[in-house]
Amino acid sequence: MNAEAPVARLRDVTLVYGSRRALDAVSLELPVGRMVGLIGPDGVGKSSLLSLVSGARVVQTGVVEALGGDMSDSDHRQRSYPRIAYMPQGLGKNLYPTLSVFENVDFFGRLFGHDRLERERRIGELLESTGLAPFSGRPAAKLSGGMKQKLGLCCALIHDPDLLILDEPTTGVDPLSRRQFWELIEGIRRERRGMSVIVATAYMEEAERFDHLIAMDAGQVLATGSPAELKARASAATLDAAFIALLPEAKRRGHEAVVIPPRAEGADEVVAIEAEGLTMRFGDFTAVDHVSFRILRGEIFGFLGSNGCGKSTTMKMLTGLLAASEGTARLFGSEVDPRDMAVRRRVGYMSQAFSLYGELTVRQNLDLHARLFSMDPAAIPARVDEMASRFGLVDVMDAWPDALPLGVRQRLSLAVAMIHGPEILILDEPTSGVDPIARDNFWRILAELSRKHGVTIFVSTHFMNEAELCDRISLMHAGKVLISDTPAEITRSRHAADLEEAFVAYLEEAAGAPPPRSAEASSAQSEAGSPAPARAAATAARRSFDPRRMFAYSRREALELRRDPIRAALAIIGSMLLMFVIGYGVNMDVENLTFAVLDRDDTVASRNYVQQISGSRYFTEQQPLVDYEELDRRMKDGGLSLALEIPPNFGKNLDRGVHVEIGAWMDGAMPSRAETVRGYVQGMHASWLAEKSREGQDPGASFGAFQTALRYRYNPDVRSIVAMAPAVIPILLLMIPAMLTALSVVREKELGSIINFYVTPVTRLEFLLGKQLPYVAVAMLNFALLTAFATFVFRVPFTGGLAFYAAAAVLYACAATAMGLLISSFMNSQIAAIFGTALLTMIPALQFSGIIEPVSSLEGAGRFIGDVFPATHFVTISRGTFSKGLGFDDLWRSLVPLGIAAPVMIGLASALLRKQAR
Amino acid sequence: MRLANVFNLGIKELRGLARDPMLLLLVVYSFSASIYTASRAMPETLNRAAIAIVDEDQSPVSNRIAGAFYPPLFVFPQFISQPEMDARMDAGLDTFALDIPPNFQRDLLAGRVPTIQLNVDATRMTQAFSGGGYIQSIVSGEVSAFVNRYRTATTAPVELVLRARFNPDLDKRWFGAISNLIQSVTMLSIILTGAALIREREHGTIEHLLVMPVTAVEIMLSKIWSMGLVVLLASAASLVFVVQGLLAVPIGGSVALFVAATALHLFATTSLGVFLATVAGSMPQFGMLLIMVMLPLQLLSGAMTPRESMPEIIQIIMYPAPNTHFVMLAQSILFRGADLGVVWPQFLALFAIGSILFALSLRRFRAFLR
Repeated sequence: MNAEAPVARLRDVTLVYGSRRALDAVSLELPVGRMVGLIGPDGVGKSSLLSLVSGARVVQTGVVEALGGDMSDSDHRQRSYPRIAYMPQGLGKNLYPTLSVFENVDFFGRLFGHDRLERERRIGELLESTGLAPFSGRPAAKLSGGMKQKLGLCCALIHDPDLLILDEPTTGVDPLSRRQFWELIEGIRRERRGMSVIVATAYMEEAERFDHLIAMDAGQVLATGSPAELKARASAATLDAAFIALLPEAKRRGHEAVVIPPRAEGADEVVAIEAEGLTMRFGDFTAVDHVSFRILRGEIFGFLGSNGCGKSTTMKMLTGLLAASEGTARLFGSEVDPRDMAVRRRVGYMSQAFSLYGELTVRQNLDLHARLFSMDPAAIPARVDEMASRFGLVDVMDAWPDALPLGVRQRLSLAVAMIHGPEILILDEPTSGVDPIARDNFWRILAELSRKHGVTIFVSTHFMNEAELCDRISLMHAGKVLISDTPAEITRSRHAADLEEAFVAYLEEAAGAPPPRSAEASSAQSEAGSPAPARAAATAARRSFDPRRMFAYSRREALELRRDPIRAALAIIGSMLLMFVIGYGVNMDVENLTFAVLDRDDTVASRNYVQQISGSRYFTEQQPLVDYEELDRRMKDGGLSLALEIPPNFGKNLDRGVHVEIGAWMDGAMPSRAETVRGYVQGMHASWLAEKSREGQDPGASFGAFQTALRYRYNPDVRSIVAMAPAVIPILLLMIPAMLTALSVVREKELGSIINFYVTPVTRLEFLLGKQLPYVAVAMLNFALLTAFATFVFRVPFTGGLAFYAAAAVLYACAATAMGLLISSFMNSQIAAIFGTALLTMIPALQFSGIIEPVSSLEGAGRFIGDVFPATHFVTISRGTFSKGLGFDDLWRSLVPLGIAAPVMIGLASALLRKQAR
Repeated sequence: MRLANVFNLGIKELRGLARDPMLLLLVVYSFSASIYTASRAMPETLNRAAIAIVDEDQSPVSNRIAGAFYPPLFVFPQFISQPEMDARMDAGLDTFALDIPPNFQRDLLAGRVPTIQLNVDATRMTQAFSGGGYIQSIVSGEVSAFVNRYRTATTAPVELVLRARFNPDLDKRWFGAISNLIQSVTMLSIILTGAALIREREHGTIEHLLVMPVTAVEIMLSKIWSMGLVVLLASAASLVFVVQGLLAVPIGGSVALFVAATALHLFATTSLGVFLATVAGSMPQFGMLLIMVMLPLQLLSGAMTPRESMPEIIQIIMYPAPNTHFVMLAQSILFRGADLGVVWPQFLALFAIGSILFALSLRRFRAFLR
């Protein structure tokens, strides 16, 4: 590649979401081998641009070229995946929460085809240099925000990319970690000279260090150039100021630096928030260790500290979300009580993670919260509009939060926290990811609330310029408060130039020695080792099917299953339980049917006739009937399945040979039961007649008499369980594996990690098969247990070919898991996937696959479904091998549809699955 | 508890549902096409039972017997040889095989009491039992009709006049439609409420609710009423348009009473959904639990096989299940035309079960929120 050619080039690129234009005819060149920064307010198209360049999103109009090829061309994308690394916006969005730190990075290593030694070396280096090494065994879900970002970076860097794309990587990361983060990137760039980095950031002091900047606004490029050039062009001293100056007139109107007037001396000495020896322990880990502070009414109190030091936990204890292990928290002088609704109305809280409803529009979210805080309904619309204009949400009022950029969502959360005009605001990193202008506006609102309305504000932040605006700040580290004072006093106490320096000094002192700079130490070694595997990875990517990538997904899926023992146990033990209950409970051998007699004759003969029925195990005689009315009533309430009426003079007429009619009424509400009743009654009637004639009441006794010998084959004792157990195995072996896989794809879509599939070389087939494999294994384990259970516990004799049965089960398990994957591929929510799976497996399996009614008797669409549904064929095989002593020679025909099912469904699923976001 | 909160949160649930077109499509499907197909697929009575005849007699009487089997109850019988019989039954081609021995007619008329062998594939339980008795009575009817032609003095047989009430033709489609409707009601209500709750937890919105002045009861009730309402409307529409309209199933009793019963059933099942969601920590676990609960509810509530035939222990286990009572209610109201005077015990049972489930899940839900 020519060194002068840009690493990426955009020509007339437009991107539209619904009616919103995210990018508007953007043409741009990104220089190669440089550190390029994208700056601009929230929602101006920075993220959209990055996702287009990375190949994660489909190009709508225009041309996007990256690494010398067109990103609309799937072959070029496939070749480029191993050379691009993309870290999406949001805390740990591309991570797998139940996997440990090491396993997360390891998964990415496997996706890029590194062997074990290579992976271990790289992971070791990356974790060491990011300071994550001590936590390598901790699940990603338990990491603090900053640690998640670092882990995300490790995952992105594992394959030595030529183009590193970072979307707001340091949002929500504390200053010390941020410093380490950029040192890490610097180290890598020194090592890999040709690497280009594109970063979107909201921190102007970070942008200051970049080689090349692109300032964006409203889907368009405002200016490009080095930081110095931009500053020169706007004739501003700082980048912050330059950026604001570059904005169109309308946006910067009225913007000026935030100045908060000092609190009036001794204005209000009422304590609004008070913590005394507040402690929180999770197991043997102490997250918050005897924290005490008092915040006065109307004060702005800042909370600073490294990621994971216990700030959020402290805030949650104050809101009552967490019950303190020790110590007390008081709001307005009374102890925090989660049941006290009155206090909740006086507090506004904003959590670190976005926690509003994605299924409601911005307006609906605001409206709902206003109502929940029982505001006067008449005042709500005005208040909603007021908040919208204050927080710059007017243009997005009818948009869905999911589609909004991080910064705008943060503003929405803030607006929601303040909608009811609370007296205390507890805000957990409210401005993370928010652009400088919006942040300034926000602080102006805080100032007004505090100074004019006496609202107490407790806020945590990673921005030093925000911390400087607070009346007092507390520095927290490892669960303890290091110091609590005014910002100026803290800076002075450390003899530092500014607050950030003082802050870092405090933290480094508290953490002991400064963290080792291992990036340099390990660079020599990695330079020697890296080029060869990189080439290997590139060749692997070009292969259309690489088992290693498939196994990477299998391994990850298996790990997730192992981390969730309840789910695995439900799948295995639960299926045995179900087999027991169903096999034992579903009794086709209809017994204990209730019947009663209206005997108008009441002679020996009539009693003898009734005896015939009441003596059988099929019927249980109830109180005799007196009249038709009673018969009617008792049949209506379902008390009788059969009612018999024996006419007067039955016995006499029988002797005389006069024609007699016996009336019988069956309850037809449940037709299959009625049918069985009919069969029984007719059979008994016939045998009663035969007996009568043999008894010699008829002179021509044996003339015309014959016998019917009934032979129940395959199940001579007519035990229901012998018929049911082999039929229950197919039901369970369909529903459980299908339900296991049904969530695997849609869950990634819903929780965001699907992005890894978009931007790594893994193909659709590798992705799907990789996910399928572990569940096929689970299904086979299930199969073995169920078969053993049927044979040994239910004592259903197994008479056919076991090896054949097992082979068929493998095909069936593949089909069942493929069905789940297919459903998962086209559903958009987990709820729909669960419902769809239950609906599309249970009903056909129970009703159309011959378990109760033979498929040959079904009609219409049900018959068709029955003929193609895999369960039908496996039921045939299961019953054949269990009860009929059959094997391959007799049943191979049923294997064909079973074998076809899985490839067809996987093919469909991969056709439906998108390799890029739209 | 503030009703306004319950209402507002419920509206939020409905809006969320409206945002998932795929889910709505599935809801519509489960109350229309799914019920229609399942009901239509149900054979009428003994339908097209596969029968084969080994006629070793080849006499007028054996011909007469063979001629008595025809659609729709049976397929036209296959005439096969004895060795074929085993192979065909092994392959599952025939459910019944009737073997008429050589010299059957001669022995019959000579009073030697010959024996006809009826082979039944007992792995096909329902057909095996009902069909066995049926075939026996057909055969004996034909034989006696044949014999009667040879005799002058006919014995007056005692005739059994069998009638089916509430569904004279024993049309299985009627029952199939209702049992599928019940299944859809149960499945959907459990999934919608349970999964909606887990989704809130997975997306962190539950935590957000807890800092606002809303109580656990309000959150739970809002889910119950909104999701219950959706299912209630869908099931009422399905009963009127699909079951009564398209499938032309005559409804014996009051639709309004049935809808009231459904509402009570929904109270129980939505509470059950919340309960399952609190037991399951995540959506994948919920999916597994759902199977554990749905399969027994569907198979053992009396909607597939008669409850009184189940082992006593299963009957006891299934007694506290709402479906057991709802199935009884549905059969009584819809087919037998029963009124409240008859079905009040089931109403009472559903209400009791619903209240206990609600109290239990509320307790668990409070703990779940901690």
